[in-house]
This record gives sequence, C-alpha cells and structure tokens, in this order.
Amino acid sequence: MLSSQHFGDPGKMKDYHYTGPVEHKFSPYAFNGGTVLAVAGEDFAIVASDTRLSEGYSIHSRDSPKCYKLTDTTVIGCSGFHGDCLTLTKIIDARLKMYKHSNNKTMTSGAIAAMLSTILYSRRFFPYYVYNIIGGLDEEGKGAVYSFDPVGSYQRDTYKAGGSASAMLQPLLDNQIGFKNMEGVEHVPLTKDKAVQLVKDVFISAAERDVYTGDALRVCVITKEGINEETIPLRKD
Amino acid sequence: MALQDICNFQSVFEDRLTTEYPAVPHGKKIPSNYVSGLPFSNNKSLFHFYIPVAEYLDESPIQFGQISTVQNCSAVSSEDPFLTSSSLPTCLPFASSQSVPLPFPMAHGTTTLAFMFQGGVMAAADTRSSCSGLVACPASQKILPIHSHLVGLTSGTSADCALWKRILARELRLYQLRHGRRLSTSGAAKLLSHMLHPFKGTELCVAATLCGWDGGEQKNFVDSTNAKVSLAKDERFSFSQQCSIRKKMNLSGPRLFYVCSDGTRLRGMLFSVGSGSPYAYSILDQGVHWGLTVDEAKSIAREAVYRATYRDAYSGNCVDMYHITSKGWTRRNREDLKEEYYREKERRKHEKTERRDVAFSD
Repeated sequence: MLSSQHFGDPGKMKDYHYTGPVEHKFSPYAFNGGTVLAVAGEDFAIVASDTRLSEGYSIHSRDSPKCYKLTDTTVIGCSGFHGDCLTLTKIIDARLKMYKHSNNKTMTSGAIAAMLSTILYSRRFFPYYVYNIIGGLDEEGKGAVYSFDPVGSYQRDTYKAGGSASAMLQPLLDNQIGFKNMEGVEHVPLTKDKAVQLVKDVFISAAERDVYTGDALRVCVITKEGINEETIPLRKD
Repeated sequence: MALQDICNFQSVFEDRLTTEYPAVPHGKKIPSNYVSGLPFSNNKSLFHFYIPVAEYLDESPIQFGQISTVQNCSAVSSEDPFLTSSSLPTCLPFASSQSVPLPFPMAHGTTTLAFMFQGGVMAAADTRSSCSGLVACPASQKILPIHSHLVGLTSGTSADCALWKRILARELRLYQLRHGRRLSTSGAAKLLSHMLHPFKGTELCVAATLCGWDGGEQKNFVDSTNAKVSLAKDERFSFSQQCSIRKKMNLSGPRLFYVCSDGTRLRGMLFSVGSGSPYAYSILDQGVHWGLTVDEAKSIAREAVYRATYRDAYSGNCVDMYHITSKGWTRRNREDLKEEYYREKERRKHEKTERRDVAFSD
C-alpha cells in the first residue's frame, strides 16, 4: 500500500532535471547510512559495524560506530537515522536498568529482543527509523542473533546484515555461512576466528561497492569471557 | 465481561480528550485489574500506543513541526513518566500517517490458505516476507499458534500481525482464566476485530485467518461425521448443502474465520489470503470437499501453495503446514519448495520424451 515512490533510495539525491513544481516538506527523518552485521556461532556471537556517519553527499564523521554494548552478553547494532539510534539506545539502557533494579538480574538476550519489539511497535504510527540487530549469548551460552524491522517485527537468526549495504551482504552471508545456493559442499561449523575473518572480508567488499559504508570497521566478539572489541581500517573514499 | 474490558471503546476515546494525568491511576481502570502489580503496565494494552488523536479527522492535516494547542494524548499511564519524557516531545501533534511519509517499506506479500474438512482444519502458508522488492526474510513464520486449539495465519505487515497475535493470545488466556473455558473461535475473531477497530483508517494492515477447534475433545471424530462423510462421497449433495447439514449437527467442531483490519469478519469453509491467493483459490476450489482424507488434504494444501509461489513473485521459499483437530494442532515439517520445483521439471522432461516416443512410433 505504500508506493515505492515515497522512499525509493533513501538519502540519495534526486536527478538534476526539472520535473515540474515540487513541494518541499520538512521530513523528520534523515538517512545516515551505515551497515551492521551479526553472526551467531556455537558459543560466540559477533556484531560488527562500519563507523561512517553520512548524510546525502557529505560525511559527518568517520568515527561513529554503530554497535552499542547493552549487557555483558549482548550488543546491539543500529543503523538508519542516527537521531533515532541514539534515543533508542538510551531508552533501552534505561529499561535495562529498571529491570535490573526491580528484578535483581540482568536481562537475557531473548528478553531484550522481546522488549525492543514492543518499544518499536509502540511507535507504530511514527516509527523509529532504525534497523536493529541484536547479537549475544542466550541462557545456554549459545550464540543468538535477533534481527528487527523498523516497526518491531523480529525473529532469531544465525546471521543477518542490516543497513545500507544489507542487500549486498545478505546473499554473501547466505552462501558463506548458510552454505545456501550451492550443491555438494560440506557444512563445516563456523569457528570464531574464521567468522571474524569472514566478517572483515565481507565489510571490505561492502566498502568497495556501497558509498555509505567505509572508514573503519568495529567488531565486537561476545563470548562467555566477555566482549572483545577490535577496530580495523577500511576505505576512506 | 472480558470482551468489554478490552473493547471498551468509550474509555479509550475519552482518555484522549482529557489533558490532565492525575497521579493516581485513572478511574477507568476496573478494580479486578490483574496487572496492577507490575510497573509500567496498563490495563488496556501491552504497551503504550501513540494513537492518532480523534480531532485530526476533523481538522486539516497538521504540518509536522507545528505545536498544537491541545496536549497530545496517548494511552500512557502516569506510572511511566520516563517514556513520555524521553521518547516523543509531547507537544508534537500526532498528525495522520499520510503527512509523515515513511522512508522505508513494510514487509508485505504472501500466500496463506486454510480450509475445513472432515479431519479438522488444514492451514498452509509460504515463508517469504518481502519488502518492496527485497526478500527481507526467506524463512519467516506466518502461521502462529495462539493456543493449543487455535492457530492464526497472518497476512499483511508482519510486525502488525506478530504483535496483534500476541495481544490476542494474551486476551484469550485471560478469558480462559477468568471464565474457566476457552473462548470459541468465533469469539476470538470478534475480539480481534473489535481490538483492531480503533485503528480503522490508519495504515495498520492485518488480515488474519483464525483456524480452531471448538468444544471438547472428540474421541473419534470420524464417527460423528460418518454420516456426512458418506454423503460427501455420494456427491448427491452439493457442498453448500453439506455445510447446512453440518451446521445443524453440533456447536463444537472445526471453525474458520477471516478477520481484517478494515473491519471484515467472515466465517467460512475455505479462505486464502495474500498476493498469491488467486492462484491458491483455483487449486483449492477444484479439489477441496468435505470428505477429504488427511493425506489428501495435506497434498492439496501443499499443491496450492506451490502453485501460488510458482506464479506470484512475492510468495516463495518453503511451505508450512498445520493441521488442527480436536486434540489440538500438529505441525508438519517445513518443506522447501525448491525440491518440488525440480521434481516437477523432471516430470515434465519425462512426459516430453514419452510424447516424442509416441509421436515417432506412429
């Protein structure tokens, strides 16, 4: 019911030719670019994001990572409109604190995912323009990835890419991690080191082909020992 | 009355007209409120909705950014001041959805179908959820069990369907606890329809098919419907005549309802919803009759979804099937239709070579 003319390519400038009188309206949304990726393994989870913050043809910042640590076992990656990302993470942090104070325990990844779904849906008629992916360890210590749409529909996955380069990265992940669309290949379980290397390669490819992705890559590896962060440089052009 | 608690339209609309939020919970709350112990809970809904203000329907669409004289109201309870202060500036007029165009598309496009037969209700759906050209998820779940004897098929925006199903499951459970019996499928459909009514005219899009079994467990459902099975096999009676015979028989049994966010609520024997539904209807209309066996019903449901995914761009990937009987619902393993496509190709190739052989031999 929403025609694609409304959004088309968000944030990209329209062609320079005269189409007739155009009405300009203040739009409460802006598209700040960025890509987020999460992979779940047997006993680890990885959440990675680039650190470029852009708007239209400009780059606002080269050091604005999109992964936010929520608890010792959960990291959330938010891309889309930076203003909504910041507010949303503030709200989640506050709700986590409230839960901790009233229930005397930290929220599990699954519970955070369910809570985020209701937070997003409560704004069904003026949504948060954020594509969220939560990565973490579930109660049994296995890796879990929960991917969301801007209005709160979510599900648990093994891997997911979100943000401006998601359409390019998702098929690559399907092939390399899910072993899909291939015949006669041995399904080898993913080790942590192989997964981190894959994430780096995938982002390098994304930076080559997507203008809104680049500058640097922030990788957060979540294991039962804690969260380990790493920053790798990417293309700056 | 449980239904009145939820469908209390009067108080939902009256809340919006008040500008004050007293420190105590507003008087509309019914004393028998079960959630009073929990923080930031509200007897009306699972969460706080920024519901479009009733006045905007009378006024011209308010430009985003202007400050409205009326304090914007939502169903926020005063126990949760944090959400009001930090999420949305309260002065912001909640204009109709048309004046704030969304920068992203919602997940849409599907094929779901359900039909009744002597063995209960068979429900099937594809698993592709698309977002204006991109497949957002090739393995989504469109059939959501609500309770042991009720299953809901979702079509429309996936976020809306998931959340409303959750609300419906909660309300049905509460009904069961308060009244000691399960709400009938008809009642559940009516409840969902009334819950969606305040959002009529907004961009909420939910087209749900509720499939359930009412009444107690029947030891051997074939026995009670034996007479009808033989009738069906006779084919002396038309399908509709069989229906009327059945309706007179008992109040319990399989039920199928279609509920839509625009207010439709229909009872039927066969429904298919979604962009792939015309293709599914053609297969179902041809093959579904009351006297089907369970295996025949499964294969026809699968065939219908397969044909719909074959022709409709927005349906695809795998097929999910649920079978609801008096004992509850059972789920069949998700089946990838890619295999079926290759089998079909093999069959076609085989037929072609056979035809060629026959032509040469003549």
